[in-house]
Amino acid sequence: MAAPRSRAWLSRTNPLAKLGAGIAVTIVLLVSVDWVSATVALVLEFALLPLAGLSARMLIMRGWPILMGALVGGYGTALLAPKTGEMLLALGPVTLTTGSVEAGVAIALRGLAVALPGIIVLASTDPTDLADALAQKLRLPHRFVLGALAAMRLVGLLVAEWQTLGMARRARGVGGEPGFFSNLKAQLGQAMALLVQAVRRASRLAVTMEAKGFGAGPRTWARESTFARHDLWVVAGGLVIAAVSVSAAVALGTWNPVFG
Amino acid sequence: MNAAPNRVAPVRIQARGWGWQHSGRRNRAVDGLDLVIEPGERVLLLGPSGAGKSTLLHALAGVLGADEDASESGELLIDGSPVAESRGRAGLMQQDPDAQVVLSRIGDDVAFGAENLAVPREEIWRRVPAALESVGLHLPLDHSSSALSGGQKQRLGLAGILAMRPGLLLLDEPTANLDPAGVVEVSDAVRHSLDETGATLVVVEHRVSVWLPVVDRIVVLAPAALGEPGGVLFDGPPATVLAQSRELLAAAGIWIPGYIPAVRPRTAAASTLMESKLREPGLGTSDTGLQLLLEAEALAVSRTKGRKRHPVVPVAVVPQVRISAGQALSVTGPNGSGKSTLALTLAGLLAPAGGRLEASPALARGASTSPLKWRGRELISRIGTVFQEPEHQFVTGTVRDELLFGPRLLGHGEDSVEELLVRLRLEHLADANPFTLSGGEKRRLSVATVLAASPQVLVLDEPTFGQDANTWAELASLLTELLDAGTAVVSVTHDAAFSAVLGGDRLVLGDASHPVEVEASNVSAPISGPPTVPGPDVAKSSVSTDGVRS
Repeated sequence: MAAPRSRAWLSRTNPLAKLGAGIAVTIVLLVSVDWVSATVALVLEFALLPLAGLSARMLIMRGWPILMGALVGGYGTALLAPKTGEMLLALGPVTLTTGSVEAGVAIALRGLAVALPGIIVLASTDPTDLADALAQKLRLPHRFVLGALAAMRLVGLLVAEWQTLGMARRARGVGGEPGFFSNLKAQLGQAMALLVQAVRRASRLAVTMEAKGFGAGPRTWARESTFARHDLWVVAGGLVIAAVSVSAAVALGTWNPVFG
Repeated sequence: MNAAPNRVAPVRIQARGWGWQHSGRRNRAVDGLDLVIEPGERVLLLGPSGAGKSTLLHALAGVLGADEDASESGELLIDGSPVAESRGRAGLMQQDPDAQVVLSRIGDDVAFGAENLAVPREEIWRRVPAALESVGLHLPLDHSSSALSGGQKQRLGLAGILAMRPGLLLLDEPTANLDPAGVVEVSDAVRHSLDETGATLVVVEHRVSVWLPVVDRIVVLAPAALGEPGGVLFDGPPATVLAQSRELLAAAGIWIPGYIPAVRPRTAAASTLMESKLREPGLGTSDTGLQLLLEAEALAVSRTKGRKRHPVVPVAVVPQVRISAGQALSVTGPNGSGKSTLALTLAGLLAPAGGRLEASPALARGASTSPLKWRGRELISRIGTVFQEPEHQFVTGTVRDELLFGPRLLGHGEDSVEELLVRLRLEHLADANPFTLSGGEKRRLSVATVLAASPQVLVLDEPTFGQDANTWAELASLLTELLDAGTAVVSVTHDAAFSAVLGGDRLVLGDASHPVEVEASNVSAPISGPPTVPGPDVAKSSVSTDGVRS
C-alpha cells in the first residue's frame, strides 16, 4: 500500500478517468449475457495489462479468488440453466446440455471481464492519488476522504499488530488448548484486543491530525489532481472496449440484453 | 549559519490562574497555574506524574477543546490571544511514533500540516525539503513512511510540524519509545531546528540529561491535590532548579543527571548457593556449574515463516546460547539486528528458522523439549515473556483478574496474587481496568502477571523503555531477587545500567551488514554493592561490546 509510485503508464493517469472507463465497460457487460461480448472485452482488457504494469503472474496472484469464483459461477449456471440443445452429460440429477454449458461459459467469462477492470484500476492507482482526485475533482468532503486515507494506512499496521498480539497472548497462556471452541474463543479475544489497539492508535492519530490543523477551515492541496490528454485516452479506451464488444455480439447475433 | 529564511516569530505563553478538569475526574489536572514563557525560551517541564504536564501541552496545542464536560478556569494565552484563536501557532509531537505519521509517502506527510493551514502549493514544496533537511532525513520524497525506524518517524513528525512554521514547539515525551540512537537523533534534530527557526520550546520528558543541552529553563510543576492548587514549584535556569529540587525530583522518579536509584544488589553468595542447591547428577549443567534450562545452537531467527522453495533469510543467526538457572543474559545490538526476534524465539513464541533450540529436562519436566510445542499452561510455568508494550498482554478487565489469570490456568498459586499486588504497589488499583493505568503502573502490572505463574525463565523485551527512575529501580530490584532465587532472566535491552545491575552474560548482535557476528562475554561474577555505572539517561553512551562491570 505504501510502495513508491508505480512507473506504469496507467499509474500516471487520473484515478477518476480510470474509474470512468471501468464503469463504462462494466455497465455494458452487465446489460447482456452472451459469450461473444464478454470474450471480446476480456481479450481487449488483457491487452491493457502491460499499461497497468501487471504481468500474468501478478494477475494470477492477485486475481485467483476471482478466477475461482468465476469458474464456480459458470459451473453452477451450466447445472441450473434451461436444458436446451443436445444432451452432453446425464449423471442422475447432473445434466449438462450444449445450451446450459454455453450459458455457464458466458457467465464465467462475464465474471472475469467485469472483475478485470477493477483489478487493473486498483493495481495502477495509488490511494493518495485517488483521495486527491475524489476531494479536488469530485468535491467530496476532504475531512471524510483524508480521514479514510489515514485510516487505510493504519490498516496496514494491523497485520503486524495481529502477529504481535498473538505472541503476547500466547505468552500469557491464552490459546494453544486443543478443541475448536477454545480456539475460536481465543481468536475472538485476540480480535477484540486488536480492535482496542486499533481504536487507541486511531485516537492518537486523530490528535496528531488535529494538532496539524486538520479539519478546521479551508485547506490547500500540495498535490494537484489534474486531467490531461492521456486521461481522455483512458476514457476513450473504456468506451472503445464497450462499443467493440457490443458490436461484435450484435454482428454475430449473440447479443442478448437482460432488459428487453 | 545563515538560517534567516527559516526564522519564525517565536510565541509568548502566558497562563493566568489557569486550570483544567477532565470530565469525570474528581481532581483538577491543572489548577491555579501562573506562568510566563517568553518568546524563544526553551523550557523543560518536569514534575511528578499527575502534575498535569501533558494536559498543559495539549491545551497549548489546542487539542483539549473537544471535551464538553471538561471545565476550564483562568486564562491560557498564546501571544496575548486565547489558544483557540491561535491556530497553527503551535506544533505538538507525541510519544507513539506510529501515531505521528498520517500519509504513506514522506513528502506528502510533511506537507499535510501546511496544507491544512492553507499554505500555497509552491510555498509548501519550498518548505518540505527544507524541513526534511532540518531534521536530517535525507530520503526521497516518495519514500514510504511505514519503512522508517522509530527515531526516523519522530523526526518525520517534527519535519511536518516545522513545515507549518509554528512559533511554538510542544514535545510530549518525544523520545520515551526510542532506543538510545533514536533518542540522540531526535534531540539533535530538535536542537538544530530550534537554532534555525528561533521558535519557543516546551518539552515534557523525564530523562533530563537528554534535554539539558537544548533547554535554557526548567519549570517544575506540582500536582493539584484536592483543595490545594498545583502550579509552579521551581522555576529558573537548569543548574539552579536541579540543585534546588534534586530530592523532590528524585523522589518523583525523574532521571536527573548523575542519579542512579538504589537497587537491591545481587547477593554474592547466590551463585555458590545455587551450585549446591541446583546441581543434580544426570541433568544438564552449564560451564559455570549452574543448572542448564534452555540451549540453542546455530539458532537462526526470523519473524516470517519460510516455505520449502523460498526459505527465509534469517534476521540473525546465533552460534550458541545457554540459559541457566539464576543467570542473567542481556541481549543488545542496533535496531534491526534481530534482538526481539531472538528473544521471542527463545521464549517459544516464534518457530526457529534454523538450528536447534532445546529445553533441558529440568525445564521441560516431561513436556516436549521444543518450547514452541508447549500449550499455554505448559508455557507460562516454564517461560514467561514480558512484551515491550504492556497493553498487548492484558487479557482481562481488572488488575486483580489480570494477576489471577495465570494461576487459574495452572490451578495453583492464586494465594500469591495479593502479595504481588502489594509488592508492586498496585493494591489500590486492584479493581481498576488495566488500560486506565499510568505507564509505570502498566509496566509493573505486566511484569507481575507473568511472575504470578512463577516461570523458571523470564524473558523481557526492553523492560525499561520510557520508565521513570522509581519503576526502573523497582523492576531491577525485583529481578535481582528472582535471579538470586534461581530464575533465569533474559532481557533485550539498550540500557547499560540495567544490564550492569543484573550482571551475567551479554550477547551482542551485529547490524545488518554483519548479521552473524555475535560476541558473548562471560562475566558470570555477580555484582555486589551498588552499581557505579552511569544511568540509562546517558543516551550518548554507546552500547558497549565488552562484559558487564563487576
